[in-house]
Amino acid sequence: MPHPETWLRVTPAGLWCEPGDFFVDPTRAVARAVITHAHADHARPGHEAVLATAETLALMRARLGEGRAGRRQQPLRPGEVVVQNGVRLWLRPAGHVLGSAQVCLEWRGSRVVVSGDYKRAPDPTCAPFEAERCDVFVTEATFGLPVFRHPEPEREIARLLASVALFPERTHLVGCYALGKCQRLIALLRRAGWQAPIWLHETLLAACRTYEALGVPLGDLRPVTAARRAALRGAIVLAPPGAAAERWAERLSDPVIALASGWMRVRHHARARGVELPLVVSDHADWDELNATIDETGAPEVWIMHGRDDALAHALGRRGIRGRALHRVGRGAGEADAAPGPAEDAAA
Amino acid sequence: MSLPAFAALLERLAFTPGRDGRIALLGRWFAEQPDPERGLGLAALTGALPFAPARPALLHELAAARLDPVLLALCRDYVGDLAETVALAWPRRAGGDAPPPALSAVAEGLARTPGAELPALVAGWLDALDAEGRLALLGLVAGGLRAGVSGRLARLALAAWSGRPVEAIEEVWHGVAPPYRPLFRWLEGGGERPDPGEAPVFRPLMLAHPLAEGDLAALRPEEWRAEWKWDGLRVQLCAGPGGRRIWRRDGEDISAAFPEIVAAMDFHATLDGELLALRDGGEAAPFADLQRRLNRRTAGPKLRRDCPVGVRLYDLLFDGAQDLRALPFDARRARLEAWIARVRPARMDLSPQIAFASVAQLAALRAGARDPAIEGLMLKRADSPYVAGRVKGLWWKWKRAPRAVDAVLMYAGRGGAGAPGGFGDCTFGLWRPDGRGGEELVPVGKAHPGGTDEERLWLERWIRAHTVARFGPVREVEKALVLEVAFDAVQRSARHKAGVVLRAPRILRVRRDKPAEEADRLEALLALAGDGAAPAGTAAD
Repeated sequence: MPHPETWLRVTPAGLWCEPGDFFVDPTRAVARAVITHAHADHARPGHEAVLATAETLALMRARLGEGRAGRRQQPLRPGEVVVQNGVRLWLRPAGHVLGSAQVCLEWRGSRVVVSGDYKRAPDPTCAPFEAERCDVFVTEATFGLPVFRHPEPEREIARLLASVALFPERTHLVGCYALGKCQRLIALLRRAGWQAPIWLHETLLAACRTYEALGVPLGDLRPVTAARRAALRGAIVLAPPGAAAERWAERLSDPVIALASGWMRVRHHARARGVELPLVVSDHADWDELNATIDETGAPEVWIMHGRDDALAHALGRRGIRGRALHRVGRGAGEADAAPGPAEDAAA
Repeated sequence: MSLPAFAALLERLAFTPGRDGRIALLGRWFAEQPDPERGLGLAALTGALPFAPARPALLHELAAARLDPVLLALCRDYVGDLAETVALAWPRRAGGDAPPPALSAVAEGLARTPGAELPALVAGWLDALDAEGRLALLGLVAGGLRAGVSGRLARLALAAWSGRPVEAIEEVWHGVAPPYRPLFRWLEGGGERPDPGEAPVFRPLMLAHPLAEGDLAALRPEEWRAEWKWDGLRVQLCAGPGGRRIWRRDGEDISAAFPEIVAAMDFHATLDGELLALRDGGEAAPFADLQRRLNRRTAGPKLRRDCPVGVRLYDLLFDGAQDLRALPFDARRARLEAWIARVRPARMDLSPQIAFASVAQLAALRAGARDPAIEGLMLKRADSPYVAGRVKGLWWKWKRAPRAVDAVLMYAGRGGAGAPGGFGDCTFGLWRPDGRGGEELVPVGKAHPGGTDEERLWLERWIRAHTVARFGPVREVEKALVLEVAFDAVQRSARHKAGVVLRAPRILRVRRDKPAEEADRLEALLALAGDGAAPAGTAAD
């Protein structure tokens, strides 16, 4: 049985399956790409052929435009197998955002699962993660430190609604990433009984419409620029992080600035972002989920990509699992503990 | 469920900068929590819970017992603060689903448990709490919640919540103790006003507005009285049959830290004054000398001997039981002078008035003040009554012009109050000869970066990119960035390598245009420190 290292390689364009001649989440335009999910750092424009779930393909078309989301798009249902030059390939839900999937690859009896980004906490807007046994598990480690243990998202939503009740005159402006986090927050708010209109920054509307078209109901959503000042008193507004500093935000009534992100668990991040109400809601696995998931896959070897590898590799080593850093190409090697940049931060 | 509720309050307070928001959060706490939890929470926030803080080593022991050392080190480097690290990384025990403790149970446990049994008790509580609750608990155990809730803010919140005037609450506050049941009963309309009886009562202090150039022009000398603004700690002394108290400006009781002053308060009066450290011969010393006495709850004989203190009196509020506050300033001043002549209190003297005939003369006096214990001038309207708070047009403070140096950034540490970009503590230094024919930098102070978000972000990036070494949460940076630092004064300090330290330093801006070699030299500051300069008060009457 060939070691996965011999047939799955890190190249400047990303993770490349040599016998199958395709890339997983390539960092530049390639001939054949398998895409785990539609976030910008995973789904880049201009590939020739793209294989992904139908939802990911739809979100890519909405985000990148029809022409740029792959000249040929091949949807694959979770569990359905395709064979490319002797490499068996199938997808398993990753629970990260709508359409997100792990890419399972098998060649000559050797099996690798590329997780993409994932989480284990329930999410009303996407299918839950399914563990697949494998020889090498390629995991993300965005929150690969034991200080990151996400609380239940329902609790964080309750904190937001308690704040709205305490400050009924103030607008609650919640910073969140446009794809995934935004829709999950809306769905969680609806489940918690918030049926009032939710006001959105323009840049969040498109992804919400696509979610709804794909069968995820989100209720009464309205563009915030169309709101009268009075309507925003006591309202909940979602916007990209940092949008509070923009001109449109002047119409908000003495806003409480909230931010929904896993980084909010650590106080210096929340302070650095000038947040008044940090909400710890993440679409990435926390420390416990990372470790539990790796154990479930039964993989004796784990490749760790984007995030911190040192703590996770150490913890795995103590359990007899070989953990190796897979420095993702083209992302720029920042400092290990560098504060997250705006996009990365928000997506977390 | 009360400790988690308290932890949730703390968490919100930690991120709510505005006073109104903080008052609303406290008001909800008073409204929703039962007794004794709400009173204990209030006491915990204002540091009034009666138990000794645990040894700092306790935290290290707890962490070492339950966390992998490698992971702990990585986490601590990332988070910065050890208590926050432990709170976040604490692994829950399987099957550990005991209900979280009540705040009252924690307060009682901490007050009664002997030190040897404390680790097990605290570990058991940590197992029963979530991250937020663990952080609150560790803060309680360490005796410092750092919630930024002063007694004054707490009383304002009680006033806003109950609808009673804050002055009425101030007058009973020092007669009640945690968990404040009679106070809450009264504020809710269900009981009598707690009677302070003979107990000393804090009277909110009268404060001054900073003087602007425009105000100066309209100032008629004959209507105003001038005094030096002494660089100590503003206090209110209150003594009578019911006891003796020294209060800080915000109403905190600091009597225990200054027993020699309390001993000297053998009178029945309420006075306003400045607590000052004294040098040999009784000369007032600048604030830095007082610092040694300030962060202590008590003062032993050695400290009292090494760092003597006295009070320079500004005003007389009560003479016996007679309230003088409505009298004009001139009348109160006459009463104060007569009172001092009659009572002759030890360790106290009168703040001299400064005669002046014109604004120009006043400006010259201010500019010429060399005494390091003088912060500037106080101007008081001759007819001003003594009123609580900062009423415009009655009292002005006219500080000495700030000075500035160009210093080189040396270290940057995470944390610190108001740390907007993560690196809240920037240490900077000036050049001096290194004794080997070269030049070296020596630290002269630290401050948190100011300026716009953009500037702070730039500085943040610069620090990351120019780190040359790390010491836990602190980074040493390349000595290449010049900061313009303003400060109020320079003080001699044996504790600092440079021999001097800046008072109230603040970073004005980053001087990207200036090479580090051209930053200022230490000699310039040593000259400013003015060792034993003659007191500038000689011009006074």
